[in-house]
Amino acid sequence: MIKLSNIKKDYVTDGVVTSVLHGISFEIKEGEFVAIMGPSGSGKSTIMNILGLLDIPTSGTYTLDGKDVSTLSDDEQARIRAQKIGFVFQSFNLLPRTTVLRNVMMPLIYNKKNRLSNKEREDKTKQALNSAGFPEDRWENLSNHLSGGQIQRVAIARALVNDPVLILADEPTGNLDSKTSDIVLKTLQDLNQKEGRTIILITHEHDIAAYAQRTIFIRDGLIAEK
Amino acid sequence: MQFRDLLHETYAALTANKTRTTLTVLGIVIGIASVIIMLSIGQGAQNSIQSSINSLGSNVLTVTPGGGGNQPGGVSSGSGSGKSLTLDDAEAIEQKVPLIDKVAPESSGRFQVVAGSKNTNTTVTGTVPAYKDIKALEMEIGVFITDAQARNFGKVAVLGPTVRDDLFGNNSNPVGKKVKINSNTYTVTGVTKSKGGSGFSNPDDMVIVPLSTAMQYLSGGDSVSGITVTTLRTEDLEAVEEGISDLLLDRHNIKDLDPDLADFNILNLADISSAASSITSIFTLLLGSVAGISLLVGGIGIMNMMLTTVRERTREIGLRKAIGAERSDISNQFLLESVIITSIGGIIGIVLGIGVSLLVTLSGVLTTSVSFFSVALAFGVSALIGVGFGYYPAKKASKLNPIEALRYE
Repeated sequence: MIKLSNIKKDYVTDGVVTSVLHGISFEIKEGEFVAIMGPSGSGKSTIMNILGLLDIPTSGTYTLDGKDVSTLSDDEQARIRAQKIGFVFQSFNLLPRTTVLRNVMMPLIYNKKNRLSNKEREDKTKQALNSAGFPEDRWENLSNHLSGGQIQRVAIARALVNDPVLILADEPTGNLDSKTSDIVLKTLQDLNQKEGRTIILITHEHDIAAYAQRTIFIRDGLIAEK
Repeated sequence: MQFRDLLHETYAALTANKTRTTLTVLGIVIGIASVIIMLSIGQGAQNSIQSSINSLGSNVLTVTPGGGGNQPGGVSSGSGSGKSLTLDDAEAIEQKVPLIDKVAPESSGRFQVVAGSKNTNTTVTGTVPAYKDIKALEMEIGVFITDAQARNFGKVAVLGPTVRDDLFGNNSNPVGKKVKINSNTYTVTGVTKSKGGSGFSNPDDMVIVPLSTAMQYLSGGDSVSGITVTTLRTEDLEAVEEGISDLLLDRHNIKDLDPDLADFNILNLADISSAASSITSIFTLLLGSVAGISLLVGGIGIMNMMLTTVRERTREIGLRKAIGAERSDISNQFLLESVIITSIGGIIGIVLGIGVSLLVTLSGVLTTSVSFFSVALAFGVSALIGVGFGYYPAKKASKLNPIEALRYE
């Protein structure tokens, strides 16, 4: 379902070319839970940006859900993000002073392909919150009145609400203690096992990568053998 | 993004920081209100000046002696002070110049007017009954001087309300009582209605006596101090002015009938009125530009707020883009925020502006006039400001790179 072929990425800063990815190729099948691991500076964030259609590769092809998405315009990328990708960020990025429901619902308002009624939106939002294991009595709480673990569950629910083909979790536990980390990662595992969600987890820690079924190691912009 | 979502997001954003939103709205309110207030005051001043000019009478020409300061070897004695105009001139004008409605020669001067133990120094004008119509005078009590009195040295006087108040007490009825001017006694026949006028010759502070009497007992000689002429139609003023000029140049034997050498002046009220209105429109323009600047400052306030908002909400914009917002979704949201701020500010500003204009009117200082134009202008400019000053921050926000925006601290 996801296929990267010889992906290269160069950044040009003040006329100096820095090569970050030197030719990355891998495939991820539907329903897989894959960890992409590497030390900082290895290029895993760049891979995550390319996988999440936040950036385009300098060369190589990226096929997502049967469609070549390596060379899209800004807005075309945005449309695919809205329909096919759910993000979970390290720094949560919830809208402050906004209810849990409204935060989770937000991706739906940008999905132009699938316009929903208020009722449908609410149903989907509640379903996503349930899947993410967020307690129902706090749905109307404001996002800035939640604990770290709750916040990340809201973020996971937000990533689910659009029924994406791919969930991208970028260091989702980076700002959490080990106990809440475990809860969040178990939630992701559950989503993979019970709902068959395809999940890519970006991390630099072995014990977090261990929650995934398979790990891809990145070192110096290339895929490394274990 | 559907419109209801856009509205909801905008509402949430504007209520998230109420103080800042309120202050920005206030900037626009002040800008818009001051445009309306200042233009209404300017328009009111224009109307007031126009109406006080009109109160001097409409379609009026005033001929005064003197002038022609360039007469070789002559000494200019100033307008109105010469003896070059006579009663015969007035009669000639009435008979020979076409298109004339009324002619009223007058002979006036300042005299001490005495009634019993009280006295006042005021203008005493000798004239004819036509004067009443020309100056649009109305009677409060009694009657104006009659034709017979005007011709036959009638010893009667019509008082202006100020003179009456000075001599006989406020709002008293002096009809039948006697006043003394220059050792002659006159019987009061009436009091004119107050015109509330000021400026030129204030008709409230004046005593009117028959022309023949004034020439005989007050000024002496057969010269008059002015001739007031009215026409039936405003369009005729110029032709009549020319006719009077030609007639008098001929009658006074002015060399080569050269108007530069004339020993009289003709004052056309239409000229004064157009000069005054050009002065007041400059005044209005001045007020308008001051108001325009405050509107501009309000607009820059909006831009400032929007730019700060874009910076503060960089991560939010990054998030929205990451989860699928297109450029237009982001720019529409920011644009709508500034449009809503200016619309609210604009509406409050218009209400406030009209309210203050009404207050100024009620306070009695000036009757202001809120024109549809000024409201439309203020509203148009505020709409323009909302879109114009909102566009740049909105465009800027929409172009943010989501990766960098999400990393922004």
